[in-house]
Amino acid sequence: MAAHLKKRVYEEFSKVVQLPQEEAPAKKLRLTKPSKSAALHIDLCKASNPTDALQYLLHFARSSVEAESVEGVVRILLEHYYKEQDNSVRLKIASLIGLLSKTQNFNPESILDDTLNTFNTEKSHQVLAQLLDTLLVIGTQLPESLIVRHRLIEVAYKHLSDTYFGVRNKCLQLLGCLGNVDTPLNKDGQGLVPAVIGGSAPGVSGGVCVRDAQSLISDYFADQDPRVRTAAIKAMLQLHERGLKIQQTIYDQACQLLCDDYEQVRSAAVQMVWVLSQLYPESIVPIPSSNEQVRLVDDSFGKISHMVSDGSWVVRVQAAKTLGNMLQVSPHFLEQTLDKKLMSDLRRKRTAHERAKELYASGEFSSGRKWADDAPKEKVDTSAVNLIASGACGAFVHGLEDEMYEVRIAAVDALSALAQSSASFAEKCLDFLVDMFNDEIEEVRLQSIHVLRQISTNITLREDQLDTVLAVLEDSSRDIREALHELLCFTNVSTKECIQLALLELLKNLTKYPTDRNSVWKCLKFLGCRHPTLVLPLVPELLSTHPYFHTPEPDMDDPAYIAVLVLVFNAAQSCPTMTALFSDHTFRHYTYLRDSLSHLVPPLRLPGRTQAPGVSGIEGSGSVESAQLFLQQSLSRISTIHNLQDPGAQDLLNFTIRDLQRLGELQTELAGAADFSATYLRCQLLLTKALQEKLWTMAVPLCLKHNAMATAAAKQMLEETYKLEFLYSGLENRQVATIHHVRLQAKALQLVLTARTRRGVEPLISVCEKFLQEVESFQRLFVVELPHLQESFVGKLLDLSPKLSACKPGELVKILQTTLRQSGFLNLQLPKQVQRASATIIEPTGESDNPLRFTSGLVVALDIDATLEHVQDPHNTVKVQVLYPDGQYHVIQPKPGDFRSPGPHRHRLITQVYLSHSAWTEACQIEVRLLLAYSSSRLCKAVWSDSSTEGLQPAEGATEGTIPFGKPVKVFIMPKPARR
Amino acid sequence: MAREVRCKTVEEPSLVALAKTHAATPSFKNKTASGSHLSNVHLCISSSCFLSGAGQDVGRSCILVSIGGKNIMLDCGMHMGFNDDRRFPDFSYITQQGRLTEFLDCVIISHFHLDHCGALPYMSEMVGYDGPIYMTHPTKAICPILLEDFRKITVDKKGETNFFTSQMIKDCMKKVVPLNLHQTVQVDDELEIKAYYAGHVLGAAMVQIKVGSESVVYTGDYNMTPDRHLGAAWIDKCRPDILISESTYATTIRDSKRCRERDFLKKVHETVERGGKVLIPVFALGRAQELCILLETFWERMNMKAPIYFSTGLTEKANHYYKLFITWTNQKIRKTFVQRNMFEFKHIKAFDRSYADNPGPMVVFATPGMLHAGQSLQIFKKWAGNEKNMIIMPGYCVQGTIGHKILNGQKKLEMENRQTLEVKLQVEYMSFSAHADAKGIMQLIRMAEPRNMLLVHGEAKKMEFLKDKIEQEFTINCFMPANGETTTVITNPSVPVDISLNLLKREMALGGPLPDPKKPRTMHGTLIMKDNSLRLVTPEQALKELGLNEHQLRFTCRVQLQDPHSDPDTLSRIYTHLKSVLKGYTIQHLPDGTVMVESIVIKVSSSAEEPNTKVLLLSWSYQDEDLGSFLSTLLKKGLPSGLSSM
Repeated sequence: MAAHLKKRVYEEFSKVVQLPQEEAPAKKLRLTKPSKSAALHIDLCKASNPTDALQYLLHFARSSVEAESVEGVVRILLEHYYKEQDNSVRLKIASLIGLLSKTQNFNPESILDDTLNTFNTEKSHQVLAQLLDTLLVIGTQLPESLIVRHRLIEVAYKHLSDTYFGVRNKCLQLLGCLGNVDTPLNKDGQGLVPAVIGGSAPGVSGGVCVRDAQSLISDYFADQDPRVRTAAIKAMLQLHERGLKIQQTIYDQACQLLCDDYEQVRSAAVQMVWVLSQLYPESIVPIPSSNEQVRLVDDSFGKISHMVSDGSWVVRVQAAKTLGNMLQVSPHFLEQTLDKKLMSDLRRKRTAHERAKELYASGEFSSGRKWADDAPKEKVDTSAVNLIASGACGAFVHGLEDEMYEVRIAAVDALSALAQSSASFAEKCLDFLVDMFNDEIEEVRLQSIHVLRQISTNITLREDQLDTVLAVLEDSSRDIREALHELLCFTNVSTKECIQLALLELLKNLTKYPTDRNSVWKCLKFLGCRHPTLVLPLVPELLSTHPYFHTPEPDMDDPAYIAVLVLVFNAAQSCPTMTALFSDHTFRHYTYLRDSLSHLVPPLRLPGRTQAPGVSGIEGSGSVESAQLFLQQSLSRISTIHNLQDPGAQDLLNFTIRDLQRLGELQTELAGAADFSATYLRCQLLLTKALQEKLWTMAVPLCLKHNAMATAAAKQMLEETYKLEFLYSGLENRQVATIHHVRLQAKALQLVLTARTRRGVEPLISVCEKFLQEVESFQRLFVVELPHLQESFVGKLLDLSPKLSACKPGELVKILQTTLRQSGFLNLQLPKQVQRASATIIEPTGESDNPLRFTSGLVVALDIDATLEHVQDPHNTVKVQVLYPDGQYHVIQPKPGDFRSPGPHRHRLITQVYLSHSAWTEACQIEVRLLLAYSSSRLCKAVWSDSSTEGLQPAEGATEGTIPFGKPVKVFIMPKPARR
Repeated sequence: MAREVRCKTVEEPSLVALAKTHAATPSFKNKTASGSHLSNVHLCISSSCFLSGAGQDVGRSCILVSIGGKNIMLDCGMHMGFNDDRRFPDFSYITQQGRLTEFLDCVIISHFHLDHCGALPYMSEMVGYDGPIYMTHPTKAICPILLEDFRKITVDKKGETNFFTSQMIKDCMKKVVPLNLHQTVQVDDELEIKAYYAGHVLGAAMVQIKVGSESVVYTGDYNMTPDRHLGAAWIDKCRPDILISESTYATTIRDSKRCRERDFLKKVHETVERGGKVLIPVFALGRAQELCILLETFWERMNMKAPIYFSTGLTEKANHYYKLFITWTNQKIRKTFVQRNMFEFKHIKAFDRSYADNPGPMVVFATPGMLHAGQSLQIFKKWAGNEKNMIIMPGYCVQGTIGHKILNGQKKLEMENRQTLEVKLQVEYMSFSAHADAKGIMQLIRMAEPRNMLLVHGEAKKMEFLKDKIEQEFTINCFMPANGETTTVITNPSVPVDISLNLLKREMALGGPLPDPKKPRTMHGTLIMKDNSLRLVTPEQALKELGLNEHQLRFTCRVQLQDPHSDPDTLSRIYTHLKSVLKGYTIQHLPDGTVMVESIVIKVSSSAEEPNTKVLLLSWSYQDEDLGSFLSTLLKKGLPSGLSSM
């Protein structure tokens, strides 16, 4: 009987073990995909020692596995796993399982049981850690399944008490990623869990609730291993990121961790404290060693401020960054961060900032020359001096003086964020930001200038502050100067002396760096606009007019004089009395500048002077609105053309194109839209002209020589369409469709022309097929737009489409010819904002007569400095082309680091291109230009992704090319023969 | 109640003693009348040692530390204000005659300033010391240059005799062992030292000295705010027993460096733009390099053309070392030196005497810093008459020097030969000090978290303030010994003990939680202190080794109890009672009329005359003292009435 029983037990036991294997459709899978898993199996069986096995596994890890065969592979791996003695191999297998479960379209739930079973036998801590990592991967793949999640958490919970830190780390990570705060607390918190894992079916364990993840994790805040402490905090942050509400109870613990011995713990703790301060900003916490209470956000702000003087710079960066995100802090605490009490020999001393302020207030400008004028005054009460800055005291004072520039930048950024939310703080931090203009690292200087610009709406610069700011104008770095010009554009100043000072310094800058011309003028324009009343008293001096004597007329080409005029004219715009102070030549200069530098000189109401007729055309329509109106009118006028064959249509097009071009020049805001429309109309004009050629009426054999013009037109149209599509930003699908439509027309024209010039049908067939494909893809791409294109070329073509694909090339050509001629004019709908990409090469200027000499065969570096406007993704699209006199050319792709972004939609390219050539007998010019690379496939994909969901294969006809934009610059070079 | 095994903790209080000798002790021949010229001597006494060094004054630094039986000399500086014996520390404190080698385990020099290393050749060659001298690489490189310069001025110019020679400097430097940052150097089996970055000047270091679990950190001079060429001092949380910190600026909290720099640059810039000349008197090393970097970068940034000159050849040599020791400089210089070494000045050129008369603007750095002699004075005389020119004094000037006079606004100076010099040029004062201010010192304390604090290298009055602050904010002891005073701090070092394997195995066999290296655990054993070694062995083994017999110690105790039941009943009642109270202990009711609780025997007897009064007899061995005394107090309270006899 006993024997029988025993047998039954064994039977049952063996049954239980085999069940999962039987359930698994392993056999079937092996049949379907035998190659991969079988090969692995054989490899692993062949491996005589762990090193070999590891090699096989490493090799295997490099190959990809299909979703269907993953399960089989995992089973083989596990089979081997149980056999393997060596830890490293088991570890690799565990990591491979994790890797495999990430395979797309594979549901890792099927291998979960098997993976969990491995925990029962595993002894090595490292492998356990890796297995937990694998579970983490599986868990993140199956975020929806509650049951899986519970089972994983149970495993994590079971191993939390492991002695190896790695295992605890992973457990905490698992809890952070999958744990739940909402699950009700288990009665005694423990005990239930281990029992569940082994025997019972998966479904049962789903009902068991583990102690809630948060209190579990927070227990490990006090772990003896710093890595585990870090992992615990990270897990908690992970919980927060997953949107679970973290309890306030851990605040004290988190604060204690701020004084941890290890930097990674402190760094994570800073984040933790910050998260809590954002969650419970208004709750009240007591201040230890006193009866007072503060808001939690203030308390944590003080604590994090304290971390700005931490020993580790990583923590300092973290703390400084975090401060910038605590906007709810009360102003009292905020202002403490800039607090510093100076002391010398126990006497209170005023800071340089305070002294400057006082001097300014007393009307005396900083002399700084008196010996010991900074001598300390009043005695300090020794008991009142707090040497350890408690709370937020002086956090930014420390941060801005930090040794590491990473901390300084973080502090500057934080200042900016806080100042933008509080005007009074902005005022206070002004002095500190201005001080940062003297930092040793350019990035920091630049950043602080940018920040000052951002907050400058809140502040008015004092004279002494402006003085410091202006001193930076002499900086040799162009970036800095331009940033500073930008800053001055937005600055408010308080007195006329400030204006004078600024003008003086800007003129100095202009003489020192003549290339800054445009930037300086622009800066003065805004300065004038903002402070008309301050400029007014300065006008006689600026224009050097004299009540009795005529002063000599200044040179109109002098950039400095233009700069002064720009300032004055812009101020005069809102100060009508100013014009009375102008002398005659000033008016003349005004008209000249108004025309030549219309973007800098505003229209003025000049008393008693009639406007020059040339200017009056747009004089009345100075505002953008009226220009917009004009643009709309021009376009609607064009829309009256129904057919391009209409008489007078050509003239109308011609006029409109001219109007639009001029409008673009005068109204910079509309330049993009105007140019865009003009180019589009030019395409239409070209088409019309081509179609009106006499050749169409001639017999085919005769027209061979005459079609040069039409061919050229077709080619030009194609080029223009690419420009239209890629040079302008802000286009909508509608416009893209229109552009593609024009391109189709151009292609149709080309096809017709080929048909007329070429003999024989053979070449024509392929061309026709290609064209039809294009029509088809057009249809696919712009399904949404098709209703708008009814009357157009394509619309008509598509009406005939069933017939088209069937007909012979000859017929097709005929159809195309007639449709082209009969198709209506497609009206252009302008999008709200069209901007034309433009580029200006600032350096080299192309004016130098000194050739760049270098030994032939070697390279010479040419510095290029260019500004790009409205270029999207310049890192990939902008290239530099160098064209040698012999027609040879190179295209150079600049490094991503060479692009900077000084403002929205603006980029700056500062790069070096390497030139080389064989020896020349004399110096010659090469051309350097910028190219905008495009590829139609890129755009098409973008269109597909949002318009249609059907899976289309990538456009096989993707065209790639480049559009030159910006004026080319000529550079003299002279490769000399090498001396031997 | 948990079972507790008692074991005496093995703690041997060891002594770390620090002391300073006063400069004005009898061995100093000239005691100065003014209290300001105390030489700084620290004497350090533990069992048998003593020494000389730096106290409550800025001047010659020399501190003696005795820690765990090791004697270390920290810095060996000289006082610039004296020209006699008082300029060197008094080494006779260590030994009256003979060499110092046997009294000192090592000498550590924190940085190359003469008030920290000036007496080194004197000590090692003339007094006699052959042991190792530790300093960082840059200090080792620059120190001999300064010493040689110092020797030249003293011997060649002033004609002094009985001074160390060039050869002595060389011999002394041969004894130097270089240190790297954060490198732990084993001086001998027990003593180890580790250097931390200190800012201040190139190569300045703070040192951690460690013997066993006791440690001392000596900061030397340090700077907690970075400047244009050096970074900020840094130390990890090493929790030393004593932190010896300088306290030059104990009562000062400084304004930000940026304002000062900006002012300085603005002044120079304005003068140069006016076409004036700028004279900056400097000491050859340290601040001079910072100002050079500052001007050099400013010239570079602002694209300025006016020439900058640097006089004196000494600086060139030193600049060479600045170029080499890039790792010791600040972040900016370290990161950019691949493109360009910041110390390879583009705008700063060597000065020639004839340049002073050149027309047009220029900036000249000239030594010495206080305008009392040399090139700076010569140039000053030439330029003083022109109000377009400017002189910027970047540091402190001693009373009596021309620098001090002009800083106080004197407009007419009397020169030699009864000439008067009218001072028309602008005089500016610019403080660029590289010492930590009060806040910086506090910051360092926060970083290192010492158990005790010791302030040196500062004025007594100012240190008093800082001392109070430190004691108040950190609640640690703070000392500020005067010269010649000794400070002793008692520490609690852990003493390593060898444990016998048998004992360990026995403990393992007893069960309980597995040993955890980070958690203390109590165990039974006998400590044997023999032949300078400590061993923990089983009592049996100890007895065997020492040839002693084992004695049993038993405590017995009688407890009177009022109980109306018979003796056996009482016993069984006691048994039940104990059973309910002492859970987890083996309690046996033996048939011979006793109850055994572990090894404690309880018997009951009643006196004939009063049957209700029972006398309980308790007996336990020494090892069960805890349980025994617990039982006796428990039984004294009597038995609860509700107990039923079995």
